[in-house]
Amino acid sequence: MRTGWNVAEVIEVRQETGTARTLRLRLPGLTGHRPGQHVDVRLTAPDGYTAVRSYSVASALPGDELELTVEELADGEVSPYLVHQVAAGDQLEVRGPVGGWFVWNPADPAPVQLIAGGSGVVPLMAMIRSHGVGGSADGYAAPFRLLYSVRSPASAYYGTELDDLARSPLLTVTYVYTREAPAGSGTTPRRLDAPTLLDAILPVSDNPAFFICGATAFVETVADWLVQAGYPADRIKTERYGGTGGTP
Amino acid sequence: MGIVSPGFFGRRRRDDPALPPGQYLTESFPVLSAGPTPRIAPSEWEFTITTETGQVHRWNWEEFLALKQDDVTRDIHCVTSWSKLGTSWRGVSIDTLFESVESEAEFTMAYSYGGYTTNVPLDDLLGGKAWIAHQFDGEALEPAHGGPARLLVPHLYFWKSAKWVRGLELLRQDEPGFWESNGYHMYGDPWQEQRYW
Repeated sequence: MRTGWNVAEVIEVRQETGTARTLRLRLPGLTGHRPGQHVDVRLTAPDGYTAVRSYSVASALPGDELELTVEELADGEVSPYLVHQVAAGDQLEVRGPVGGWFVWNPADPAPVQLIAGGSGVVPLMAMIRSHGVGGSADGYAAPFRLLYSVRSPASAYYGTELDDLARSPLLTVTYVYTREAPAGSGTTPRRLDAPTLLDAILPVSDNPAFFICGATAFVETVADWLVQAGYPADRIKTERYGGTGGTP
Repeated sequence: MGIVSPGFFGRRRRDDPALPPGQYLTESFPVLSAGPTPRIAPSEWEFTITTETGQVHRWNWEEFLALKQDDVTRDIHCVTSWSKLGTSWRGVSIDTLFESVESEAEFTMAYSYGGYTTNVPLDDLLGGKAWIAHQFDGEALEPAHGGPARLLVPHLYFWKSAKWVRGLELLRQDEPGFWESNGYHMYGDPWQEQRYW
């Protein structure tokens, strides 16, 4: 665990959606990270004023690099700068990666059910990438499912990569579009409800490990539905935006 | 001064002397928890203090509400960097609960419904520093914020203020609780920025 402030270099930026950007950082001395961890980013203004926010790590990279995907918050203090102003070659102060709870252990063979609301997909993507990196040849044979609730196809992160990864029989991805469904799909956008959720996820008999990440109301609601449907509470790990400093 | 980000100005919401280092002010009340929210009816709720000799002191909801109630207004500071100033709570002081408890232990572990634990030195719970709170802003404490009752230790980072609290166990030696075993600091003083190990 790295708990002091370190200087990271931004080595690549990619636009993920209209409001989100992925930053690839190099942290000298870092030797990998665990899927689900987060980092704190500290920005310092020319007069010394500082602001710190936490961001989930999206990548599953072995060395001294990691990726964050940052969603711009309308009222945000740090996210607009990271989404619009930071450029490759810039330096940022980073603490971490930290966190030992909302973390998937690749050696755990139990089936995994991931449930994302909006940008809550970021730490879950780190788990999917970690799973994909290992591949079944390395024994990472845990079945993975992702249920991804998102406003519209245009606001979904990692679309092409998820499509590719979902060709594996070990990964199933289900989208729920809340505002705008894909053109020609014949489905109408709607909020996730309990029957849709329970229809899409691994059954109780599989005893899946759950990782749920999203806005507080989304996570609270989904976790309640799971407990009411008989999934054991101690198999459900949650992370809320409020919990990682993403809001307000 | 650290690495300067040209063009970064920030929102300057923290020129308040009540704000510990690295914190920003929020008007909302974010939620930090690790799993589903337990739903505990007051009729099934009870609170226990277990001493280092195994002696158990027990209160049910009615007995708990019959104890002397304090109204307190305090600033709270979450390790994830938000602070909320002047929050209003109603609850029972830990001093009141300890009036009948005999102990020589210096440490405690708080236990919650749902399995959460957190360690707090006994000195940090006594002397008007901590409460078992059951109202926030004049209303019954919502389950998402720890209702029916939560520990309130406002001078430490807020993960020490265990939601859905159901008991305190007195310990001769300090032991890590849930977040303390997952990378967070054993003590958690926001003014010292004791966030992680």
